[in-house]
Amino acid sequence: MNWLYHFGRYYLLIKRTFKRPEKFSIYWQQYVLQMDSLGIGSLGIVSIISIFMGAVICIQSAFGFESPWIPLYAVGVSTRDIITLEFSPTVVCLILAGKVGSNIASEIGTMRITEQIDALEIMGINSSGYLIAPKILAAVTMFPLLIVLSMFLGLFGGYIVGVAAGAVTPYEYIYGITYDFRPYNIVYALVKTYIFSFIITSVSAYHGYFTNGGALEVGRSSTKAVVYSSILILLFNVIITQILLS
Amino acid sequence: MIQVQNLSKAFGDKEVIKNVSIDFIKGKINIIIGESGSGKTVLSKLMVGLMEPDSGKVIYDGNNFIGLNFDNKREIRKQIGMLFQGGALFDSMTVEQNIIFPLSMFTQLSEQEKTERANVCLKRVNLINANKLFPSEISGGMKKRVGIARAIAMNPKYLFCDEPNSGLDPKTSILIDNLIKEITEEFDMVTIVITHDMNSVIEIGDYINFIYKGELWWKGNSSEILKTANKEINDFVYCSTFMKKIKENL
Repeated sequence: MNWLYHFGRYYLLIKRTFKRPEKFSIYWQQYVLQMDSLGIGSLGIVSIISIFMGAVICIQSAFGFESPWIPLYAVGVSTRDIITLEFSPTVVCLILAGKVGSNIASEIGTMRITEQIDALEIMGINSSGYLIAPKILAAVTMFPLLIVLSMFLGLFGGYIVGVAAGAVTPYEYIYGITYDFRPYNIVYALVKTYIFSFIITSVSAYHGYFTNGGALEVGRSSTKAVVYSSILILLFNVIITQILLS
Repeated sequence: MIQVQNLSKAFGDKEVIKNVSIDFIKGKINIIIGESGSGKTVLSKLMVGLMEPDSGKVIYDGNNFIGLNFDNKREIRKQIGMLFQGGALFDSMTVEQNIIFPLSMFTQLSEQEKTERANVCLKRVNLINANKLFPSEISGGMKKRVGIARAIAMNPKYLFCDEPNSGLDPKTSILIDNLIKEITEEFDMVTIVITHDMNSVIEIGDYINFIYKGELWWKGNSSEILKTANKEINDFVYCSTFMKKIKENL
């Protein structure tokens, strides 16, 4: 029944997080700061991973489709579908769970053990609202933009390396990535991203907020944040895919 | 005045606060002393609402704090200043921003007025040139002083100090003690100091409450504590060679 206890405590924390702010302008400042920290701060890693993964997906597709019966533009089609349906929304979010999730849990956990959260409470400030709400909202705003960027960079990486390696011609690759394009796939990817953004930030904040003890426990909270966020992302990935693509 | 009435708190089977009743007097330094693990920090957390008691009341000038919802508690909390053991300054903010923060959250002061108020508070704790420094760039004693400056920024009616001298050298400890004494008289606050530093007890304590195994074991003033026949207090006060020598000369 331990999970029920955690679910109940998580629900109450989220409910308290979204109570009316004490002063909107201060929360807005935090929201902008968090968009910079969580969103812009993740631009580098998302870009690098997307370009390289796009390149590898393209080469692997070309390797797999080495048959006279399969047209070469299928490399573009498969690269596009792998990147837009699974790599960008799911794998990149798993990477963000590692980067952003551990950051949130350790930041809030350290604030807890150094009594900074108690100081906020005694001032009469809703500590969960002030610390967690701007992070969740910033992630929900910025992560979909990062994922769209990741899609473009993944396809770009596939193009550059696929053409340079002679695995596909520019014409066939471009034809492939536009062939039978379904905009609904992007909607599906963005729905997943919104849900994953919420999971990453709220689960990590939960583990940080209820940290007890010292530096060792902050480390444990950080690890738990990444592990539980990743498991929930994988679980919800199956559920959302079943609902939206079945 | 703050009145604690029949306050009790248990963690599982372990009762850490047992039916404690204390009156904390305005304009005076009210000290809570006791051994480590005696329950004094839990008592202070119950009083400021960081923990919920199992039974009892905490009455701030006639208003029972226990059982209020978050919004109603907020109104009382705005009148509470707290100095934490480690300072609890916000790492991401400068010294000045730490003091301005509660003012920004709860007042309509202009930026200039807030900065002026922060400077007044910093001047009051003898820290003038530290405005732009971050908590990581200042010493432990300075952190405590910034903590006091932040605590008094909103002109509180009640000041809680949790181990204000822990980790400080004797000279800085006396400086912090005197500062707490001065601002208590200046702002006519109800000041509650949680400590196990006997020097502070004798230097600034007006009313002393000794907590032993979760119970209010003894209460009196700084001269009475040195002469009491109570065994538990004597074991606590005169445990060091230095204090034993003082006792011989009393």
